[in-house]
Amino acid sequence: MNATAAIVDYDAGNLRSVQRACHEVGLQAQIVGDPDALRAASRVIFPGVGAAGSAMQSLKRRGLDAALKEVIARGTPTLGICLGLQISLEYSEENDTTTLGLFPGKVRRFALTDPNLKVPHMGWNEVRGVRAHPLLAGLTAGDEFYYVHSYFPDPADRSLVYAVSDYEQEFACALGKDNYFATQFHPEKSGRVGLRLLAAFSTWSGTC
Amino acid sequence: MLSKRVIACLDVRDGKLAKSVKFVDTKDIGDPVQKAREYYEDGLDELVFYDITASSDARSIMLDVVERVAEQVFIPLSVGGGVRSVGDATDLRLAGAEKINVNSAAVQRPALISECADAIGNQNIVLSMDIRRVTISEQVPSGYEIVINGGRKPMGIDALWWAIEGERLGAGELVVNSIDADGTRDGYELTLTSLIARAVRIPVIASGGAGKPEHLYDVLTAGAADAALVASMVHYGDYRVSGLKQYLHDRHVKIRMSW
Repeated sequence: MNATAAIVDYDAGNLRSVQRACHEVGLQAQIVGDPDALRAASRVIFPGVGAAGSAMQSLKRRGLDAALKEVIARGTPTLGICLGLQISLEYSEENDTTTLGLFPGKVRRFALTDPNLKVPHMGWNEVRGVRAHPLLAGLTAGDEFYYVHSYFPDPADRSLVYAVSDYEQEFACALGKDNYFATQFHPEKSGRVGLRLLAAFSTWSGTC
Repeated sequence: MLSKRVIACLDVRDGKLAKSVKFVDTKDIGDPVQKAREYYEDGLDELVFYDITASSDARSIMLDVVERVAEQVFIPLSVGGGVRSVGDATDLRLAGAEKINVNSAAVQRPALISECADAIGNQNIVLSMDIRRVTISEQVPSGYEIVINGGRKPMGIDALWWAIEGERLGAGELVVNSIDADGTRDGYELTLTSLIARAVRIPVIASGGAGKPEHLYDVLTAGAADAALVASMVHYGDYRVSGLKQYLHDRHVKIRMSW
């Protein structure tokens, strides 16, 4: 039987590119905007592109914030991507927003001193694993992933950090806690190395 | 740190791949979906589709091409050509485009840039500029003028001014396309590219004139570009994407080498 997953739909960006990449690795993914359908999912992807403020409003309006917390608390293997990761911390400087609090810490805007560096941090950057995780199996020195973001996660607990990237400063680009793993980069737009992460997620039991 | 990007541009006319030389005499050179997949597997960093069809039924053909490419290419996909409204942009996004390029319509109605930026995010709106060298004048003090409608209509607008204005209106990225260099294979217009790249805080993609690997090196270093767009040099099989990237890597340009 094929693996299946629910992609959380909360008006935050282009979910179909995530869906297409899932299909490419044999993970049948449905775009789900209803909290009860989310509660029934055996595997969840929490993506997102956009601003923290409107994303939180949309999640709450649809009742998806509570449903998401429930499925994660219950042990459902869950993958956050980009804005999904950012609003999983406690607070975001973007729109001065209180966020879900699934990871301790906050999200800050890049404050760069080098005038040649641009915000958003957009393009391919190396991801360095700092701690083994099943979803990063196969990650090799020099592997790059695709990024588009102006804010970065600053977790309060460094033991949650599984990978880092450098953009003037080092920042955490993959956080994990039990059955929840989340990346700042976009695996669905990162070629073969990104598909490898999604393939690992499609069979992940939710343990580290 | 971020890698410099090698981007392939595929001009599409009536659903087929074409490459323009100085914007006239377009010539069919194959199936865009197949080419896109080939470049993706060979390490391409990003793909741009440019719809050069003018006919009214072109839109649905293009959406179909984008959809088929998005199903099998998992790198950022950018689409432009004939985008005149937020509706055009969101249709292309639904079909699978990550970024939307605006060009002539934005020159004629600059609010298009801010409208699209609001709808799909600054980072996804790319202002593509076709530029030609002219005599310096009061109207065009940089000596570079904006031209629209596929290189046919000079606008008397200064290209440097327009680049800065485009950033202000919300464009997340710029394509600097030199009409003088386009199709010549003599190299990018380095003066123009660095002039604009040093004046804005958003990434600049250099376009027009690539013929040899050293041209990419030049524009990514002296030209200060963040990305180099290639077309005919890879479409006709003279060079491979992976070969270009290996060359840049060997010359110490930061480039993605693992795919």
